[in-house]
Amino acid sequence: MAESTTRRGPGLNRIALYVALLLMVVVYLSPLESGIVTAFKTQQGFFETSPFAPALGEFTVDPWFEAFDRLRSGLVNSLLFTIPATVLSALFGSLAAYGLTNTDWKGQTFVLMLFIAGIFIPYQSVLVPLSQFWATIVNPAEIFAFSDPLANRSGLIALLVTHSAYGIPICTLLFRSHYKSIDTSMLEAARLDGAGIAKIYWRIILPLSIPMFVVTLIYQFTNIWNDLLFALVLVGNPANDVVTMELSALQGSMVGQYNLQMAGAFITALPTLLVYIIFGEQFAEGVAGGGA
Amino acid sequence: MRSPISLLRGDSGAGRSADDEPSVRADGGTVAESGSEDGPIESARSRISDSEFVRSMPFWVPAGLLTALFVYGAIGWNFLISLTDWSGLGDPNYGSLDLGNYGEFFAEAWSGDWLFGFVPIPVNGPQEYWALRNTIVLLVLFTVVALIVGLLLAILVDRNIRFENTFRTIYLLPMSLSFVVTALFWSWMYNPTSGMINEVLQMVGLGGLTMQWISDPQTKLFAVIFALIWQFSGYCMVVYLAGLRAIPTDQYEAAKVDGANLLKMYWRVIVPQLRASTVSAAVVLMVFALKAFDFLYVMFGTRPGQSADILAMMMYRESFGVTNWAYGSTIAMILFALALGIVAPYLYYEYQRGEL
Repeated sequence: MAESTTRRGPGLNRIALYVALLLMVVVYLSPLESGIVTAFKTQQGFFETSPFAPALGEFTVDPWFEAFDRLRSGLVNSLLFTIPATVLSALFGSLAAYGLTNTDWKGQTFVLMLFIAGIFIPYQSVLVPLSQFWATIVNPAEIFAFSDPLANRSGLIALLVTHSAYGIPICTLLFRSHYKSIDTSMLEAARLDGAGIAKIYWRIILPLSIPMFVVTLIYQFTNIWNDLLFALVLVGNPANDVVTMELSALQGSMVGQYNLQMAGAFITALPTLLVYIIFGEQFAEGVAGGGA
Repeated sequence: MRSPISLLRGDSGAGRSADDEPSVRADGGTVAESGSEDGPIESARSRISDSEFVRSMPFWVPAGLLTALFVYGAIGWNFLISLTDWSGLGDPNYGSLDLGNYGEFFAEAWSGDWLFGFVPIPVNGPQEYWALRNTIVLLVLFTVVALIVGLLLAILVDRNIRFENTFRTIYLLPMSLSFVVTALFWSWMYNPTSGMINEVLQMVGLGGLTMQWISDPQTKLFAVIFALIWQFSGYCMVVYLAGLRAIPTDQYEAAKVDGANLLKMYWRVIVPQLRASTVSAAVVLMVFALKAFDFLYVMFGTRPGQSADILAMMMYRESFGVTNWAYGSTIAMILFALALGIVAPYLYYEYQRGEL
């Protein structure tokens, strides 16, 4: 297909193609470019200079330090619940996908449907019960009353469990698509040899799942880190505010201080940006699998 | 017993003795063993498949219970709350349940001017009307345009270009960012005095088009939709790219032999084959459009004004802003019903295609 165009319109078509591609690059990167140059400008600088021109005379790194200072506790809190929730949902997803794919019993598809439908639930439709649940039925502050460090983190514990639970459907789907492609004769051979279900998972499936774990962990980490809605509803104690909440608050209190806001936005995005730059391929796989 | 597994995994050691004649041992050993314990082979088979269900339970039941509790239990509870008249600080009273909240919502929503609803005329409809109207506008416009942009990107990227990975990575990048982050970026982009959009318009001599993008009621919602398309079109590109790559190359060849020109070829031969990609991407986009909240919350707070209010925002405001829990739950159920209306046919479609 590409050869035909090169033959028909030598050069010109290709040039137009690359111009279009680069134009789109400009569109996709301009908010980030404008953000990053603004973050290095002084208050006066960003009002007087063009929003996409790099900082020259008005260069400063102060916004970064100030923004980091304001977001520091949020960054810690976010890491505290995001990492365990990511790992837990991936583990649950892998186990469930195995139990629903590589074993042989009737009704699997129906159970699987119930799992997968959970991906598409609008979170709004569970918000009120969720806030009730974590306040009255299971209150981590009361359960962990014996241990102050845990009781003080009750909002984060609620977020950890909640995100793990709502991550299960998507993780199950991601692992399921992978496990479906595993050669059944291999599993059959192990079964004939007397290996039990648990053993097959541990010795065959799990080692084969490592690439999928990378995909799932990256997808879940990005999702959970980026979430704001659950945190708004479940975190009561300001000491437990997660980074997206603090960034949103920073924007509300620092009206018009775009240099500070942009620096804060980049600091908040840094973990997911790093993960994306290193594991872009796997992120794309997770995103594509999440839809299909 | 261990040998085939260790063989498959390339282990040596434990199964060393079996390496000599693995097939004989794998077959003979097990059948003889189970036969001696459970009688005829047939009954052993059925026993295994019966207990396979039981033995698979430890794997999916814990996850299933969490999902059942948090997804289905919570939705059921939410429905129950929507039938009460719970508000304020007390506890819900489950004694008298009725559909009054739903009646109220739809009565209010229908009282707006639906005929000219899509033209921004200054009618003062109730918030239900605006939230529902804007949700529909967002859902349709966002989904359609994001799909088109994503398809165009996919076609561009699929044409044997250099640095394909770099281009793809750049187009998908916004998808890895939080809505809190992108809402901040776009607030700055749309800033009327020194934001990039107005600056660029002035630079290219279109100064007349500069606007107060996110405070003018006429443009607010479209400004939001534009930013969301920016963020999601990379996702559509990825889905379409996978679809394009799955089309056998001889189809391109056939189209070429027929003398179809490029545009025609894409329209007639390629696009129809991308239906599955379109459906799955559209479902994800539409469901997202229903719950879009974070972006609007950061850009406008809980009161975006009637021109940009959506059901997801109204639900949050009613519940957690003014503690009208029952009414908030009602709006939540309407959102859920809308999502179900999109997802149920989709899951059925995927099931029919054997894609689940």
